[in-house]
Amino acid sequence: MIGGLRRALPPFRFDRQGRRLWKDLAMSVAALLCVVIALVPLGSILVEAGARGLAAIRPSLFLLDTRDGGIGNAIQGTLILVALASGIALPVGILTGIYLSEFGKSRVGDAVRFFVDIMTQIPSIVVGIFAYSVISTIMIPFVARTSEEALRLVPVSTREAALALGIPRHRAILRVVLPSGGSGLLTGALLGVARVAGETAPLLVTAFGSLYGFAGLNQPVESLPHTIYTFALSPSSAENQAAWGASLILVLMMLLISISSRVIVHLRSVRE
Amino acid sequence: MQISEVVRGRFRNIRRGALGDTLFQWLTSLVAIGVVALLGVIAVVLLIAASASIQTFGPSFLTGMTWDSVADVYGAVPFVSGTLVTSALALLIGVPISLGVAIFLSELAPAKVRVPLTYVVELLAAVPSVVYGLWGIFVLAPAMANVIEPGLQGVLGFLPIFQGTPRGADKFAAGVILAIMIIPTISAVSREALRAVPQSQREAALSLGATRWESTRLAVLRYARAGIFGAIVLGLGRAVGETMAVTMMIGNWNGVSLSLLDPGQTIASLIANNFGEGGPVSLQKSALIELGLVLMLMSLVINVFARLMVSRVLRRGEGGAE
Amino acid sequence: MAAKIEIKGLSAWYGSKKAILDITMDFAEHDVTAIIGPSGCGKSTLIRCLNRMHETIPKARAEGSVRLDGEDIYELPAVSVRRRIGMVFQKANPFPTMSIYDNVAAGLRLNGERNRDTLDAAVLKSLQSAALWDEVKDSLDKSGASLSGGQQQRLCIARALAVEPEVLLMDEPCSALDPIATAKIEDLIFDLKRQYTVVIVTHNMQQAARVADKTAFLYLGKLIEFNATRDLFERPGQELTEKYITGRFG
Repeated sequence: MIGGLRRALPPFRFDRQGRRLWKDLAMSVAALLCVVIALVPLGSILVEAGARGLAAIRPSLFLLDTRDGGIGNAIQGTLILVALASGIALPVGILTGIYLSEFGKSRVGDAVRFFVDIMTQIPSIVVGIFAYSVISTIMIPFVARTSEEALRLVPVSTREAALALGIPRHRAILRVVLPSGGSGLLTGALLGVARVAGETAPLLVTAFGSLYGFAGLNQPVESLPHTIYTFALSPSSAENQAAWGASLILVLMMLLISISSRVIVHLRSVRE
Repeated sequence: MQISEVVRGRFRNIRRGALGDTLFQWLTSLVAIGVVALLGVIAVVLLIAASASIQTFGPSFLTGMTWDSVADVYGAVPFVSGTLVTSALALLIGVPISLGVAIFLSELAPAKVRVPLTYVVELLAAVPSVVYGLWGIFVLAPAMANVIEPGLQGVLGFLPIFQGTPRGADKFAAGVILAIMIIPTISAVSREALRAVPQSQREAALSLGATRWESTRLAVLRYARAGIFGAIVLGLGRAVGETMAVTMMIGNWNGVSLSLLDPGQTIASLIANNFGEGGPVSLQKSALIELGLVLMLMSLVINVFARLMVSRVLRRGEGGAE
Repeated sequence: MAAKIEIKGLSAWYGSKKAILDITMDFAEHDVTAIIGPSGCGKSTLIRCLNRMHETIPKARAEGSVRLDGEDIYELPAVSVRRRIGMVFQKANPFPTMSIYDNVAAGLRLNGERNRDTLDAAVLKSLQSAALWDEVKDSLDKSGASLSGGQQQRLCIARALAVEPEVLLMDEPCSALDPIATAKIEDLIFDLKRQYTVVIVTHNMQQAARVADKTAFLYLGKLIEFNATRDLFERPGQELTEKYITGRFG
């Protein structure tokens, strides 16, 4: 035991070299300590969301609307919001990504890339002030940049091989480049969906929440993050508990998205 | 005859291909420029909505200390300062820890630990902020009020920034929750920057007799500094604009005070709290939108500044490579 | 001549894959020893075991003993072994964020040298020894990455020499260089052996013949033959060696 410890530790000398070896050990321990410090709150979040969330999960949570302390309408609303946002943001974002990756080597391209980057960094609450119908505004620049990067990973030789066969460029892009970058595009799209699904701030400023189920595109819609927010601040402990249940559902959605994007990346690398 | 027909057919194909190419390029360019135009539209719409406030208060909006919806007088100082203080606190706490995590994940951890841990860190970067807020209210705030803040006061209570009653919902708590939220982001992005350092750089330092830490400092951190800087700025951007968790943790008080243990308000939390109130058009709403513009400008400045810094560092890194 | 490095029963693995197998050989002081063999035969692994760089690769391990002046290097701290046994890599790896001066001074600074005059003198001497001084004396503040490939490799040699090692290991130092830069490095190796013990891995047999006093031939992780360079090339003792040096495989 002591012998093992002695071998693991630097020699007990405090000349120049001894100090350097001890410093090396100290820095390694410090880095490990950082991991521990970082993981305590982060682990606690996952554990609390898991434990308190599981305790809150029962059929009525899903069957009732927020008016009655359930989250049925919130799940429905989140799915509708995600579908709507994706319906607009995915085509627009991917087309922008194609432009940046295939035609973007110009001044205009650089400017577009710059502004799209800026847009990914705009605090979502500011976008929320603008109008809630553009929740896809948050998603578009994100999807655009991830698709550009996915398409850029497609080797030049693949493009050249297609062009050398005499295929017009747009067909080469649509038929060869897009499928080659497909898994990257899908991953970007999934992460964009995750982002929109977890987004609360823009919904908040527009008083977007609703106590009822989906009532049409021009009516307010409830969503999971908004439910969590209102239930968390509610004086009712039953609603507090429902907030944990909703959090667990939301975190599980993220987990599902994250795992599927991993699986996609993995499948691609296996195929290659 | 036949041959020329084939050739003509080919030509038509090629011409059609060329036309398709042009159309396709136009389509994608239009969409891309449309996306950028959206940014302009947002800015213009916000500017118009904020014009009432801009006209009423002028530049004094930025130096105004009060936010009084009864007297209809609005000033930005409490919220700009609240945003800056909480973000700075988040960086102060979050950056050293994140770098430690990144160094551990990239340089020290055995492969068995590294892969799952990296995955957990990346997953945590994707947890929605409202979940952090929920956890903040029910787990962090009690711990803050009962243990951490009294403990801090015990040690550093003589400092003006640690005066007051610990309540767990204040600027310090908001800074801590922000730090917790940006740690996964900064760690994950810096870890990638560290992994991108070629192995040959580590070997160069080790072969000179450097210890592992010396090799990390000398060869790895220096080589990756632009990427690390980018990661920190990304974290700062997230902290400045973060709304939900901060709104739930900061105590929501529209005043200015020196102590971190007093409640406060960031731009984002103020908008989140007050935007739903009142009629569709009011001076307060206009002032809130002006604050939104200020926030947008702040994130813009951070981004542009970061880009300039990164490109300067990169250029200096390549030194005299003319 | 006294053996500077004695290797006894040295085997090395990457995970479960065995890279070198029970090698026993000595390197004499002030000799240049070349290690030749087809790619993948374990040449690089062998010299990486000599300054304990091998173990920096995850899952890599080594068995057997390596003695430097009679001391087992696996009993010493790796840091001091690497200070005494310098290394130059296949691909030049100057620190791009440091100036030429700082690159050369890096090793000394690690060891706590702060005196500017001492550093200046060491940088001058090392750059002269590496035959680079005349080319860079006016641009010591420029980045190490601004030099040409051959200059970068000599900068790496200067950086290794600055800490005054006893042995210099070179892992295919010329494989990425053009013939002129290669010739410069070969001249340099010839000068270096007055002060240092040099071990050079090369896939280029002409290079081994030009620079080395002794040559070892490795094949599939085993030491096939180790002899004076001239003897090994003119009168190979093993059939495998003969086949390799006459180019019948490789």
